[in-house]
This record gives sequence, structure tokens and C-alpha cells, in this order.
Amino acid sequence: MSASVASSPLEISAAEEQTNALLTPQKMDHLRALEAESIYILREAVAEFAKPVMLYSIGKDSSVMLRLAQKAFFPGKLPFPLLHVDTSYKFPEMIAFRDLYTREIGAELIVHRNEEAIADGASPWKLGTQNCCGALKTRSLLDGLKEGGFDAAFGGARRDEEKSRAKERVYSFRDELGQWDPKNQRPELWNMYNSRLRKGESIRVFPLSNWTELDIWLYLYAENIPIVPMYFAKEHMAVRRGNQVHIVDQWTKLLPGEKPEPIMSRMRSLGCSPCTGAIESTATSIPEIIQELITFRRSERENRAIDHDEEGSMETKKREGYF
Amino acid sequence: MATQAFAANEEFQAFLDAHLERDLLRFSTAGSVDDGKSTLIGRLLHDTKSVYEDQLLAVQNAKVNRAGGKRMDLSLLTDGLRAEREQGITIDVAYRYFATSKRKFIIADTPGHEQYTRNMATGASTADVAIVLIDGSKGLLPQSRRHTFIASLLAIPHVVAAVNKMDLVNYSEERYREIEAEFVALGMHLGLRNIQTIPVSALEGDNVVEHLDNMPWYEGPTLLEYLENVPLYEHESDAPLRFPVQLVQRPDRTFRGFSGTVASGSVKAGQKVMALPSGKTTQVKRIVTWDGDLKEAHSGEAVTLELADEIDISRGEMIVCADARPHALPATSTHFSAQVVWMHEEPLVPGRQYLVKHTTRTVRATAKKIAYRVDVNTLHRADADKLALNEIGEIEFSTTLPLFFDPYRERRATGALILIDPISNATVGAAMITQALKEEAAEQESAPRFAYLPGEHAVAQQLLNELQNSGANAVLLDDAYISTEALPAAARAVQLAGAVAITSRELHESSLADIRIFSRVTRLKSNQSLSAMIALLNADAKENA
Repeated sequence: MSASVASSPLEISAAEEQTNALLTPQKMDHLRALEAESIYILREAVAEFAKPVMLYSIGKDSSVMLRLAQKAFFPGKLPFPLLHVDTSYKFPEMIAFRDLYTREIGAELIVHRNEEAIADGASPWKLGTQNCCGALKTRSLLDGLKEGGFDAAFGGARRDEEKSRAKERVYSFRDELGQWDPKNQRPELWNMYNSRLRKGESIRVFPLSNWTELDIWLYLYAENIPIVPMYFAKEHMAVRRGNQVHIVDQWTKLLPGEKPEPIMSRMRSLGCSPCTGAIESTATSIPEIIQELITFRRSERENRAIDHDEEGSMETKKREGYF
Repeated sequence: MATQAFAANEEFQAFLDAHLERDLLRFSTAGSVDDGKSTLIGRLLHDTKSVYEDQLLAVQNAKVNRAGGKRMDLSLLTDGLRAEREQGITIDVAYRYFATSKRKFIIADTPGHEQYTRNMATGASTADVAIVLIDGSKGLLPQSRRHTFIASLLAIPHVVAAVNKMDLVNYSEERYREIEAEFVALGMHLGLRNIQTIPVSALEGDNVVEHLDNMPWYEGPTLLEYLENVPLYEHESDAPLRFPVQLVQRPDRTFRGFSGTVASGSVKAGQKVMALPSGKTTQVKRIVTWDGDLKEAHSGEAVTLELADEIDISRGEMIVCADARPHALPATSTHFSAQVVWMHEEPLVPGRQYLVKHTTRTVRATAKKIAYRVDVNTLHRADADKLALNEIGEIEFSTTLPLFFDPYRERRATGALILIDPISNATVGAAMITQALKEEAAEQESAPRFAYLPGEHAVAQQLLNELQNSGANAVLLDDAYISTEALPAAARAVQLAGAVAITSRELHESSLADIRIFSRVTRLKSNQSLSAMIALLNADAKENA
């Protein structure tokens, strides 16, 4: 999008609000440009797909995507349900936040779990992270989409997260098995997205493609969007493992010699408890997190076990249907 | 729900405000396989400190290193997919992000190899600036010429040539001036308005972000300085309004709004507007957003318009300024010519049907004629009977329903379209509209009608009877054996047999969009009599006959 003029509700002063309830246009900054682009994508998909759904991961990106959807369809309600793929290993704070927040905004929430695998005791210790993700996330996601008959699924993935995502389309085409073939993606020009599908095929739609981690935090701050409190630092009973801090909970298997101690720490990205590390931090507010982020020199997915199993592991996951 | 307490630190607040005010610049990079394009981007990311430590570590530990010696192979920061790391070439468009205190940048990193012209056009389509990579040791090769041509074809407002590998030519000013002169001549030939050249060494990091002391004769900006300061393409404030309707919102009986993104110009509350194609006029009652109503919305903003009168507007139609002088209106036509970049193995052949997606409107189109094909190396025009993968040509199209458009060079947003194969659903081409062509009466396809009366089975039955009594062919598609999913296909079959298709089924917006690709949807409004609808349908039936 080229530069142009836009209203920035952030800069409205109270005095102005009194004299005129209408907002005055301002220069379009990068967050307004990203917001407008995302709203366009959300509306486009809702207009063209028969049954869309939004994948809701409870994390900060989902929070932003959800707010953008509220904006896109205002004054109407969300024209699609949210789908959360619950691996059973999510942090309890995440589940509490999910239930409270989705109820507060009046969204329809579908929770999908691979009950069979969970009953079989699927775990990263038993299966390894790759296979555990395969069973509890990828399989469960594909089943959830199939059961709902959804032909499009919004995801909060961003291109700056990981190298194989840098080439991802805004509309990511998936075959009948939900799989991604990097060589069989449709060219995407301007803002014209091709939504044509044959039976069984589907599209993952990524409205946040062009957002970076910093953009997400700036937007959360500017819009005052609620997020899971685990993003803010507090003292956790935890152990240090290499660069990471591992918060000790019911699933933690302590290694010989490890002794939990209180460590000021926070989550940088939210995933499953056994596979997501925390970072040492004293940031207890969004501005402090932003400050930390700018001086911080490590990428946010570093604390995810799944990306580090082997070179190109995310690409392998995506080919199988992970989003 | 707990919200966060914000830090009161004033200095940090100022920093945050600055970050919130940065604007956004999109640029594309294009270069040949060996021009060192990935290295240049890696250098931009590295020297602006946009690379995380763990990512750098991964590059240091990678099995491949093309940089030589003990240098880090910065190209690995951008070459993401396994296949391309193995082949040593970039095979798809990769998007990269970095920010400085002035701007956020989105890089569309596009491959330069000949067979990937489609990717380059893709990356160029959204760019404000194109960086053309030229290997200083080789000069202006055909590939760099092609890239410059595509940048001009896609009407990228600014083009900058990065003359790379200056380290290989001993940082020779003479060599640089030769290339500069050649590039400026090419730019003028192509009619590029804003061009710039910069001598760089991506490998050593000279003139990318920092000035090193290898080229004291060069006094211009570094590449980053250029990117931070190049004026962003500003839409003229008096540009005519184009508002393609994306979605009709009806949350309850009291509200009906038309959502969309302003594609050009601006729209004000209280302004008189006109809907295309109906030509009906009304006023903008409110400009609605989640953050509050706006006085005015400008190009690029996503809003919802509430209108003063209830006029029937669907997705794919356009709201424009009502009192605009005729030349400020978009062309409304079913016949136009466009420059096409073909993107599929199956060539474009005259006579074949495609789907055209233009703004929010999708219609059926026929490729009528290939006016000429452009040789991207010599820029010569030649006759052609097909357009193969990665070829570019001027094609004449006709569509079932009119499009509302501007020439691409005047307005990218309303002059661009994509071509979709109706059978495979692949995106097969990208097109930039050149001009409207005269509609030849004999050729013009008239769009059949689809009568839509959701939830009104009895009325639909009555409509069917009256149409048949007046001698028109009509079919009611409420039959239980036709699934709702199959309804668009059934409607099309009925129309091909020369009849008006009617249904009282409730259809999803996406099914209606499907039907609008080939027909005009007529909806019975609450205040309209059945006879008015019949008159409308009959008029069309006669027109068709």
C-alpha cells in the first residue's frame, strides 16, 4: 500500500471528540497501513469462501487477528467461529484466558482435541517433538477443519517468524489432504487473491503475513488489547536449561541435579508447556516488552523445540499440513 | 479482564510515539542468479541489525557457504526453502522485513532467473521502489534490462539500480559511470520517471548501509539512505473516488453498510455518490469504523459506508463520486485491451475463456485477440498466436459483465486484474489494463438474469408462471434434487438453454458471488411489485432474443 492519509484514532484528543464526534484524517502510519491490509484480507475471504473459520491459538498474534476481525465486520458480529486445537499440554492460564475472552467478545468457540492420541498418552517424551506435534496439532487441526466442513481457515502466522514462512502466500493453497506444496502455490499479485477451489481443497488465509513481532507488540499497545498474563514477567518456579528458562509444572520431568528456584521470567511465545521455554525478563508491561524486544537479539521461535529438530523442520511440518 | 499498566517513562514514550509514526515502504529486488541479490538483502538486514543472534548462528553453522573464505554467507539469511538451498538459486518470492527509525520496509525478494519472470512481476506488483541489481563486473546484462522493463510495466514509481560487486572492478569510477549512463538511457527509453544508480559492494558492505572509504568519488546516498528518504507515492488528494464494494454488511434490520477499501481518492460524510453499474445516486450518510465514524476516508483505508437511500448494491460493484465530470469516472466496458504477463505452462490462446478478477469483481472473459507480443530482451513487438509462460503481450478481452476500470498507468488499484483458469482454478496471468475498446454490438455478450427471491417460494412460483405466460423461458430451481452447492452450476445450465433461472433458496454470499460471475442477479425488494420485476426480466429476455 502506498502512503496516504488516514485517520489515526490513537491521536484523537478529548477536546476534538467534544466538538465533533467524527474522526479527523491523519497521515497513514505503518500500523494503520498494516491494519487496513489485514481488514481487506479478512473481508475478502469472508465474501468469497462458503465456510471460513479462524484458528485461534490464544497467543498475542491471535489476539491481534481477532481484534482486526472485530474491526473488519463492525458493526456486525464475527461471521465465523474460532477453532482452537487443544493439545492438552497448553498452560492453564491460556485456557482460562481463552474461555473468558472469547465469551466476553461473544465469539463462537470450537475446541478440537485428538482425544484418541491423548488417551494413548501421546507426549513429546514418548513420541519426540515432531511426532507429538504431528498427532496433537497437525492431525487434530486437519480433523477439526474436516469435521466443520471449513473451506478456509484464518491463521495468525507471520512471514518474519521463520525462513520457510517468508515465501508463504497470503492465501496458502492446500490439497485434499490439507498438505502444502511450495511448488504448487498460486502467484499473488497486488491485493487480488484467488479463492477458487475444487471440492476438498482448502485455503489457509494469513491476514498478518506482513506484520513483524515488533508490529504486533506496538499494535497491542496502541489498541490496548488483552493478552494472556504469561507474557508479562513474574517469579516462576523454574530451572535454567542452556539459554532457556523452563517453568516447572505438572508435566516437567526434572533432570538429575536440577532444582527449581524462583526466576523472574516470561513467555515470549506461547505453545505447549513441555516444549515452550520462558526467557529471563523483568518486563511487566507492554512498553517494557517492546523495550526488551528492541535490545533483544534472539528470535521468538528460538524457545520452541519443534523448529530446531533439524534444518528445514518447519518446512517439513508445513508440507504435512501444519499451519 | 486485566489490562496492562503502561510505563510512564517519558523518554520511552517519545521513542514509542516515533515507532508508531513510521511509515511503510515496499520494495522489490530483482537480479540475476549471480548478481548477489540475496547477499545484498542479507547485508541490508545484517547491517541494520535486523538479524537475530540465533539466526546468524544458524548461517554460520550451515553446510553451504558460497561467500568464500571466512566470510559469512549472508545470502543464507534469505534463501529459505530446502530445494533452493540445494540448487543454489532463489526459486520463489520471499518477503523480508526490517525497520529503521524512519520507516518499516517490506522487501519482496524476487528471483532473477529467466523462467521466473512471473515471480518478479508478482513482487513488483505491490512495490513502491524497485531495486535492479547490476553486476558491475559484467555490466547491463539482458536480465537486468528485463527487470527494468518489468518494473516499468508494473508502473513501480521509483527504480534504483544497485551496481554491485564494485570490489571486483577495483571500485572504478569509470566503470560505474559507463553502467550509469547505459542504465539512464534505458530508463528514459522506458519512460521511467524516477531513477537513481548507486555503486555498492554487498559482499564488503560498501554503500549498502554504511559509506566505507573505497569509493571516495561517490557522493550520493547509500542504498539505505535512499530507501529511507525516497518520497512515498502520494495519491493526489483530488483524485477521483473509486470504492469497490467488497462486502455488504447487514448485522440487523436497521443497518446496511457497504464495506471496502478506498482504492482511489477520498470519500466524505454527506457527499453525493453514484453506484456503478446502476447509475443510481444517493449520499454517504456515515463512514463507519470500529474506532468511530469518520468525516472522511482516504485511499488505502478500510471502512464501511452507510448510504442515505436504500439502493441495491452488491459486492463487485463500485461507488464513485456523483458529481464527477465524465472524464473523472472510470471506464465502464465489457471490452478492453491489457498488457498481460502469462504465468502458466498452458499458453494463452485467443478464443479461450478465463475468469477475470478485477478489484472485488469476478467475471467471465474471453481472450479475443493478441495485438502483439513483446520481446522482453529487445522490447520489439511482434505478431503472435499464443502467449507462453513468462511471455508478455497486449491482449484484447471481452467480458460477460462490464468492469469499472482506469488505465493501469493512471491508477494501479483499478487498472490491475488477474486471470484464472475456470477449470483448474490456477492463476494463469496478470494484466494491466491499457484502455477501453469500442464494444462491437455483434460481439457483445448479454448477461442473463438470475432472479433471487430468498425465502419466498410462493412468490417465486408466481413469477415463474407469469414469465411463462408472457412467453419467456424460465426455470424454478427450488427442486430438492438440486443441492444448494450445485445451484450455481444448475443456474448456468438453465441460462445456457436460454431460460431465466429463479430460486427462492437462501444462498450464501459466496454462491451468489459465483452466480454473479456469469449473470446479473435480480433481487425482489420489499417495496417492489412482482410486476416490476417481471418487466425487468422480460426486457432482458427480449434483449437476449
